[in-house]
Amino acid sequence: MRLGRVVGRLWCSVKDESLQGQKLLVIQPIDASGRDNGHELVALDAVGAGSGEVIYWCRGREASFAFRPKDVGTDASIVGIVDDFTRNQNESTGQGNTT
Amino acid sequence: MILARVAGTVVATCKDLRLEGRKLLVLQLESPRGDSRDSFLVAVDTVGAGVGERVIAVQGSSARMAEGCKDSPVDTAIVGIVDSLDLDDSVGKEG
Repeated sequence: MRLGRVVGRLWCSVKDESLQGQKLLVIQPIDASGRDNGHELVALDAVGAGSGEVIYWCRGREASFAFRPKDVGTDASIVGIVDDFTRNQNESTGQGNTT
Repeated sequence: MILARVAGTVVATCKDLRLEGRKLLVLQLESPRGDSRDSFLVAVDTVGAGVGERVIAVQGSSARMAEGCKDSPVDTAIVGIVDSLDLDDSVGKEG
Protein backbone atom coordinates (compact mmCIF):
# COMPACT_ATOMS: atom_id res chain seq x y z
CA MET A 1 0.00 0.00 0.00
CA ARG A 2 1.09 3.57 -0.56
CA LEU A 3 0.49 6.95 0.98
CA GLY A 4 -1.44 9.60 -0.88
CA ARG A 5 -3.54 12.72 -0.56
CA VAL A 6 -7.04 13.29 -1.89
CA VAL A 7 -6.86 16.22 -4.32
CA GLY A 8 -10.16 16.04 -6.15
CA ARG A 9 -13.24 14.18 -7.16
CA LEU A 10 -14.71 13.11 -10.49
CA TRP A 11 -18.04 12.03 -11.83
CA CYS A 12 -18.94 9.62 -14.62
CA SER A 13 -22.54 8.98 -15.62
CA VAL A 14 -21.53 6.37 -18.18
CA LYS A 15 -19.46 3.74 -16.42
CA ASP A 16 -18.98 0.05 -15.86
CA GLU A 17 -21.91 -1.59 -14.06
CA SER A 18 -19.68 -2.63 -11.16
CA LEU A 19 -18.73 1.02 -10.49
CA GLN A 20 -22.31 2.20 -10.04
CA GLY A 21 -22.75 3.97 -6.70
CA GLN A 22 -19.02 4.12 -5.97
CA LYS A 23 -17.18 7.35 -5.15
CA LEU A 24 -14.30 8.24 -7.48
CA LEU A 25 -11.53 10.40 -6.04
CA VAL A 26 -8.40 11.90 -7.58
CA ILE A 27 -5.37 11.15 -5.40
CA GLN A 28 -1.79 12.36 -5.44
CA PRO A 29 0.73 9.73 -4.23
CA ILE A 30 3.11 11.17 -1.61
CA ASP A 31 6.36 9.99 -0.04
CA ALA A 32 7.17 9.52 3.64
CA SER A 33 7.97 13.23 3.90
CA GLY A 34 4.56 14.22 2.60
CA ARG A 35 5.91 15.44 -0.74
CA ASP A 36 4.19 14.66 -4.05
CA ASN A 37 5.60 11.49 -5.56
CA GLY A 38 4.46 10.48 -9.03
CA HIS A 39 1.42 11.19 -11.17
CA GLU A 40 -2.10 11.66 -9.87
CA LEU A 41 -4.55 8.82 -10.38
CA VAL A 42 -8.19 7.95 -9.86
CA ALA A 43 -9.10 5.65 -6.97
CA LEU A 44 -12.31 4.21 -5.59
CA ASP A 45 -13.12 5.22 -2.04
CA ALA A 46 -13.78 2.33 0.38
CA VAL A 47 -13.59 4.29 3.65
CA GLY A 48 -15.32 7.66 3.21
CA ALA A 49 -12.25 9.81 2.57
CA GLY A 50 -12.60 13.48 1.71
CA SER A 51 -10.77 16.30 0.04
CA GLY A 52 -7.32 17.12 1.41
CA GLU A 53 -7.09 14.05 3.63
CA VAL A 54 -3.95 11.91 3.79
CA ILE A 55 -4.87 8.32 3.00
CA TYR A 56 -3.29 5.03 2.15
CA TRP A 57 -4.32 3.18 -0.93
CA CYS A 58 -4.01 -0.23 -2.45
CA ARG A 59 -3.37 -0.97 -6.09
CA GLY A 60 -3.72 -3.92 -8.42
CA ARG A 61 -6.33 -6.63 -8.39
CA GLU A 62 -6.30 -6.56 -4.59
CA ALA A 63 -7.89 -3.10 -4.70
CA SER A 64 -11.19 -4.72 -5.60
CA PHE A 65 -11.08 -6.89 -2.47
CA ALA A 66 -11.96 -3.81 -0.39
CA PHE A 67 -15.50 -4.04 -1.76
CA ARG A 68 -16.08 -7.76 -1.27
CA PRO A 69 -18.40 -9.58 -1.60
CA LYS A 70 -19.19 -7.22 -4.50
CA ASP A 71 -17.07 -7.64 -7.61
CA VAL A 72 -15.92 -4.11 -8.29
CA GLY A 73 -13.62 -3.54 -11.26
CA THR A 74 -10.95 -1.25 -9.83
CA ASP A 75 -7.15 -1.26 -9.75
CA ALA A 76 -6.81 1.45 -7.06
CA SER A 77 -8.79 1.81 -3.83
CA ILE A 78 -8.48 4.05 -0.79
CA VAL A 79 -8.48 1.65 2.16
CA GLY A 80 -7.55 3.89 5.09
CA ILE A 81 -7.50 7.49 6.32
CA VAL A 82 -4.18 8.41 7.96
CA ASP A 83 -4.36 10.15 11.33
CA ASP A 84 -0.60 10.59 11.60
CA PHE A 85 2.54 8.97 10.25
CA THR A 86 6.12 9.09 11.42
CA ARG A 87 9.54 8.36 9.99
CA ASN A 88 12.55 7.54 12.21
CA GLN A 89 12.14 7.70 16.00
CA ASN A 90 9.27 9.96 16.95
CA GLU A 91 9.69 12.57 14.25
CA SER A 92 6.24 13.33 12.93
CA THR A 93 6.39 13.90 9.19
CA GLY A 94 2.80 14.24 8.22
CA GLN A 95 -0.63 14.62 9.65
CA GLY A 96 -3.95 13.44 8.44
CA ASN A 97 -6.54 16.07 7.67
CA THR A 98 -3.96 18.55 6.43
CA THR A 99 -5.04 20.62 3.46
CA MET B 1 -7.35 3.99 -12.49
CA ILE B 2 -5.76 6.30 -14.99
CA LEU B 3 -7.14 9.44 -16.56
CA ALA B 4 -6.78 9.60 -20.33
CA ARG B 5 -8.11 11.16 -23.51
CA VAL B 6 -9.23 8.94 -26.40
CA ALA B 7 -6.74 9.77 -29.15
CA GLY B 8 -7.74 7.30 -31.86
CA THR B 9 -8.94 3.87 -32.83
CA VAL B 10 -7.19 0.58 -33.54
CA VAL B 11 -8.25 -1.82 -36.27
CA ALA B 12 -6.84 -5.35 -36.14
CA THR B 13 -7.98 -8.13 -38.42
CA CYS B 14 -5.74 -10.76 -36.94
CA LYS B 15 -6.23 -10.95 -33.17
CA ASP B 16 -7.01 -13.21 -30.27
CA LEU B 17 -10.44 -14.83 -30.68
CA ARG B 18 -11.60 -13.44 -27.34
CA LEU B 19 -11.07 -9.91 -28.62
CA GLU B 20 -13.26 -10.34 -31.68
CA GLY B 21 -16.00 -7.73 -31.81
CA ARG B 22 -14.36 -5.59 -29.11
CA LYS B 23 -13.65 -1.94 -29.79
CA LEU B 24 -10.01 -0.99 -29.30
CA LEU B 25 -9.03 2.63 -28.72
CA VAL B 26 -5.75 4.49 -28.37
CA LEU B 27 -5.52 6.43 -25.11
CA GLN B 28 -3.21 9.31 -24.33
CA LEU B 29 -2.61 9.76 -20.62
CA GLU B 30 -3.63 13.08 -19.12
CA SER B 31 -3.18 14.91 -15.83
CA PRO B 32 -6.27 15.96 -13.85
CA ARG B 33 -5.67 19.51 -15.12
CA GLY B 34 -5.92 18.29 -18.70
CA ASP B 35 -2.22 18.36 -19.63
CA SER B 36 -1.35 15.57 -22.08
CA ARG B 37 1.39 13.14 -21.11
CA ASP B 38 3.68 11.58 -23.64
CA SER B 39 2.35 8.09 -23.00
CA PHE B 40 -0.06 6.05 -25.11
CA LEU B 41 -1.97 2.82 -24.48
CA VAL B 42 -4.34 0.56 -26.38
CA ALA B 43 -7.48 -0.18 -24.36
CA VAL B 44 -10.67 -2.19 -24.80
CA ASP B 45 -13.73 0.03 -24.66
CA THR B 46 -16.57 -1.27 -22.48
CA VAL B 47 -18.63 1.92 -22.20
CA GLY B 48 -18.95 3.29 -25.75
CA ALA B 49 -16.35 6.06 -25.57
CA GLY B 50 -15.47 8.13 -28.63
CA VAL B 51 -12.42 9.97 -29.93
CA GLY B 52 -11.73 13.15 -27.96
CA GLU B 53 -13.57 12.06 -24.84
CA ARG B 54 -11.96 11.99 -21.43
CA VAL B 55 -12.14 8.58 -19.80
CA ILE B 56 -10.94 6.51 -16.86
CA ALA B 57 -9.31 3.14 -17.50
CA VAL B 58 -8.46 0.19 -15.30
CA GLN B 59 -5.10 -1.53 -15.74
CA GLY B 60 -3.66 -4.94 -14.96
CA SER B 61 -5.67 -7.99 -14.00
CA SER B 62 -8.49 -5.76 -12.73
CA ALA B 63 -9.17 -4.89 -16.37
CA ARG B 64 -10.58 -8.35 -16.83
CA MET B 65 -13.32 -7.51 -14.35
CA ALA B 66 -14.77 -4.99 -16.78
CA GLU B 67 -17.96 -5.87 -18.62
CA GLY B 68 -17.35 -8.67 -21.15
CA CYS B 69 -13.60 -8.96 -20.51
CA LYS B 70 -13.68 -12.08 -18.36
CA ASP B 71 -10.94 -14.50 -19.41
CA SER B 72 -9.82 -12.14 -22.20
CA PRO B 73 -6.17 -11.25 -22.80
CA VAL B 74 -6.76 -7.64 -21.77
CA ASP B 75 -4.73 -5.43 -19.42
CA THR B 76 -6.35 -2.02 -20.01
CA ALA B 77 -10.10 -1.41 -20.15
CA ILE B 78 -12.01 1.86 -20.36
CA VAL B 79 -14.61 1.76 -17.57
CA GLY B 80 -16.03 5.29 -17.48
CA ILE B 81 -16.52 8.51 -19.42
CA VAL B 82 -15.68 11.56 -17.31
CA ASP B 83 -18.48 14.12 -17.00
CA SER B 84 -16.64 16.48 -14.69
CA LEU B 85 -13.63 16.63 -12.44
CA ASP B 86 -13.20 18.94 -9.48
CA LEU B 87 -9.74 19.63 -8.13
CA ASP B 88 -9.20 21.24 -4.74
CA ASP B 89 -7.57 24.27 -6.31
CA SER B 90 -9.50 24.48 -9.59
CA VAL B 91 -13.20 23.78 -9.49
CA GLY B 92 -15.33 22.88 -12.46
CA LYS B 93 -12.92 21.36 -15.01
CA GLU B 94 -14.99 19.87 -17.78
CA GLY B 95 -14.43 16.33 -19.01
